[in-house]
Amino acid sequence: MSAETSTSRRFRDAATETPLARYILVAIAVGFMALILLMPLLLVFIEAFRQGIPAFFEALGDVDALAAIRLTLLVAAIAVPLNLVFGVSAAWAIAKFEFKGKTFLTTLIDLPFSISPVISGLVYVLLFGANSYLGPILKGWGIEILFAVPGIVLATVFVTFPFVARELIPLMQEQGTGDEEAALSLGANGWQTFWYVTLPNIKWGLLYGVLLCNARAMGEFGAVSVVSGHIRGLTETMPLHVEVLYNEYNFVAAFAVSTLLALLALVTLALKTILEIRYGEQLSASRKH
Amino acid sequence: MSAIAARRRTLPGFGLTMGLTLSWLSVIILIPLAGLFLKSLELSPEQFWAILSSRRTLNALRVSFGLAFAAACVNLVMGSIIVWALVRYRFPGRRIFDAIVDVPFALPTAVAGVALSSLFAEKGWLGAPLAALGIKVAFTPLGIFVAMIFIGIPFVVRTVQPVMEELDREVEEAAATLGASRFQTIRRVVLPSLTPAILTGFALAFARAVGEYGSVIFIAGNIPYVSEIAPLLIVIRLEEFNYAGATAIASIMLIISFAMLLFINLLQMWSRRRYANVR
Repeated sequence: MSAETSTSRRFRDAATETPLARYILVAIAVGFMALILLMPLLLVFIEAFRQGIPAFFEALGDVDALAAIRLTLLVAAIAVPLNLVFGVSAAWAIAKFEFKGKTFLTTLIDLPFSISPVISGLVYVLLFGANSYLGPILKGWGIEILFAVPGIVLATVFVTFPFVARELIPLMQEQGTGDEEAALSLGANGWQTFWYVTLPNIKWGLLYGVLLCNARAMGEFGAVSVVSGHIRGLTETMPLHVEVLYNEYNFVAAFAVSTLLALLALVTLALKTILEIRYGEQLSASRKH
Repeated sequence: MSAIAARRRTLPGFGLTMGLTLSWLSVIILIPLAGLFLKSLELSPEQFWAILSSRRTLNALRVSFGLAFAAACVNLVMGSIIVWALVRYRFPGRRIFDAIVDVPFALPTAVAGVALSSLFAEKGWLGAPLAALGIKVAFTPLGIFVAMIFIGIPFVVRTVQPVMEELDREVEEAAATLGASRFQTIRRVVLPSLTPAILTGFALAFARAVGEYGSVIFIAGNIPYVSEIAPLLIVIRLEEFNYAGATAIASIMLIISFAMLLFINLLQMWSRRRYANVR
């Protein structure tokens, strides 16, 4: 017995690195992550409180900062539910049925991830701008898209388009259609099947996708920057407000607004990690974002 | 096969969900993108070429693609080391560091941009010691390079990590019993099975870095011909109401991105086939 353990340990030793090599590899990995990933996060909080707590809250209580916070919440409150409905219905169509061109459709849904955010904004400028086909017509009807809230919402929907669908498609593919067929054969109708059978099966995966979608929706900069027009107090989201404050050398205020976004990131990461640890088996195996 | 297809059709809602998916996809993604390509077709080939071959455009494209490639190379190496440490070793704070890998995904790019810029500024926490060594990072191409490394690292880690976790340790033990040194085992046994994932992660990190805007522009300095990235040049052309210029640069970047996307899909198909063979 003891002889067996010692041989198996020797094999295991042969299949790993020397203690020195391990130590160096961990030191490189941890050092790199601390310098490149952790320090920027830490710096946001320290810089925000550089002139004390009152200055921090004064910066957050500023009229323009409050307007930016409200706009960011509004945009996310519109964009995230839209992409949630889209994501669930795309996943239902793609994961539960067989049809030609499925791979192509999935690639199209993933498209926004491989497009520069600036280009995501540019396409709407070309579509609704002053010398486009649609822009002047809509303007005639009194509808402003560009340099107004609808444009910001559209650009945000564009960049957050794949998050929910991409999380749900592999998950629902793994789960198959057995549960739904059983429910249907027992007399449930389509909506009941979805509501009482499918939704409980995918709830954690759905929450995971919504979480990432929301973080991106609130934090998007490039696409929103192109369509916003930067009208202070009107079309400035929080990330845009950070830019303006930073470029005015108002660092404390810039980092104060940044702390809210950094907190959003931390909460997202914490919830995401909890979901992965607690409900790992109920999330799709291929999580990349 | 046809029996399965027929059985699957019994689920309701295909028409509704497919219709919703296709119309939403068209309205949000396809029609706007088609608009961009139509707009670029309004340019004559000579105009298109004149915009692309101007010194400023070429420099911006070179800065974006060159530095993104260099950053993706660093990410390939550092990402692999991070995956190795996270998957194979147990050390204090491992779970926390595992979560921290996703900071660039979760932290809004503008916040990352201002933070990196302050961190590497001449009086910043990391900028000051580097300045003492005579290395200037912020407001130089080196700053763009650093920001691109930041934004790309999770792509490599999150692509390679699941593959590494699935690797069969017994194969390595077999290699060792057959007399291979640890270095030989890693080079000949472990790395080949990780290669498709590492290349996919590299391509994803590269594609993201090429298009990245928010985390780069604050630290870049944005000096034309030197540290001006292609996405910024698009924004500048738009602000000048030079829609033709913006469209031309955007369409060339899109074409290259689509080529990258195709390449990534082929890589994933290749790796899937490789894995099927192994199993």
